[in-house]
Amino acid sequence: MNRKTLDLWVGCFVALGIAAILFLALKVGNLSAANFAETYQVTAKFANIGGLKVRAPVKSAGVVVGRVSEIHFDSQTYEAVTVLTLDGRYHFPKDTFALILTAGLLGEQYVGLDPGGDEKMLVAGDTIAKTQSAVVLEKLISQFMFNKASEGPGNN
Amino acid sequence: MADDEQRPAALTGALRSLGHTVTSAMQRLGYATRFLLMLLRWSGQSFRRLHLTIREIYFSGFQSLLIIMVSGLFIGMVLGMQGYDTLQRYGSAEALGVLVALSLVRELGPVVAALLFASRAGSSITAEIGLMKTTEQLMAMDMMAVNPIARVVAPRFWGGVLSMPLLAALFSATGVFGGYLIGVVFIGVDNGAFWSQMQASVDFRYDVWSGIVKSFVFGIAVSLIAVFEGYDAVPTAEGVSSSIKSTVVKSALAILALDFILTSFMFREAG
Repeated sequence: MNRKTLDLWVGCFVALGIAAILFLALKVGNLSAANFAETYQVTAKFANIGGLKVRAPVKSAGVVVGRVSEIHFDSQTYEAVTVLTLDGRYHFPKDTFALILTAGLLGEQYVGLDPGGDEKMLVAGDTIAKTQSAVVLEKLISQFMFNKASEGPGNN
Repeated sequence: MADDEQRPAALTGALRSLGHTVTSAMQRLGYATRFLLMLLRWSGQSFRRLHLTIREIYFSGFQSLLIIMVSGLFIGMVLGMQGYDTLQRYGSAEALGVLVALSLVRELGPVVAALLFASRAGSSITAEIGLMKTTEQLMAMDMMAVNPIARVVAPRFWGGVLSMPLLAALFSATGVFGGYLIGVVFIGVDNGAFWSQMQASVDFRYDVWSGIVKSFVFGIAVSLIAVFEGYDAVPTAEGVSSSIKSTVVKSALAILALDFILTSFMFREAG
């Protein structure tokens, strides 16, 4: 086989392979959506993060505005410290409220941001002061049971 | 009396053969390492005279296209059917796209494509080089001051290394298409949910990219085993046949072991 035909077929092969990688990147994966061009990081401390994982989405009004990029434990305050990487296009007031929510009944956990009314905006390195921990199902159930028990049979 | 004399002899014989097996295995490992270094040292020519490498990409990459794509399609279709069967019990048939795409992109694509590549292209590389050695072509090249590693071995190695990630990506892509065909076209899972849930769960950096890295590593392992077994073949008909066999066996073991190691590195945090 001469060199030109060989080149032609190899060219086809390489083009097909690159097309497959592009297909995986754009159609199967979320390259276009996941990579924020510019980001800034803020920290939020929670008393309990439940099942939150690194790379979990950060959503505001249901729109993904960032990712959880780091989770560690603060041994001084005994709190969980999460570092949130937020999309640089979006800015939130200083008194934004961070909550750990669950998608669906048994779905993955994510961080929800409820914007407050402050004029000043969060900048890189800031800490979100107002947070609400994850709802732990066992605590909820035990609370409910204690409430029921304390009501007593006579009060009904 | 005779029994007493025989037992120590049998024991030392067993020990001796064990020792021989271990030493010769170590010796071969050392030779393989030296061979890899020589190969890397003489690789320059396979890029300066690119048509040598392009020819090998044609033989090991392009000619494996059909088997890779057909297998990918069937594996994707089987995943679609099996996944649907289980998922619809929990009322989450829409997650079919996630299941098909993640299992293909992370594991099945690189691993099965590499296994197919080892048996389709690796074995033929070993056979070719082994036969060249048997018919003293490699020695003849040496006589003419042509380095056989630079002229014969390195282009085949790089051809395999460069083809493997492309083949694995094609395998995954046709597999996803196969899953789409069964799930959406035949069974009737919602088209939009199939793709949008897939896109929400498959991350480029963690899933697609680590699949590509995996297939690249497998490509290096399979190509190295293939050219080494051919180059080191006992120059007889029997020797060549046994090195083809050990190319396929060792490649398969290397792929699966490396897959375990790479997976434990890549997905420990994400899981």
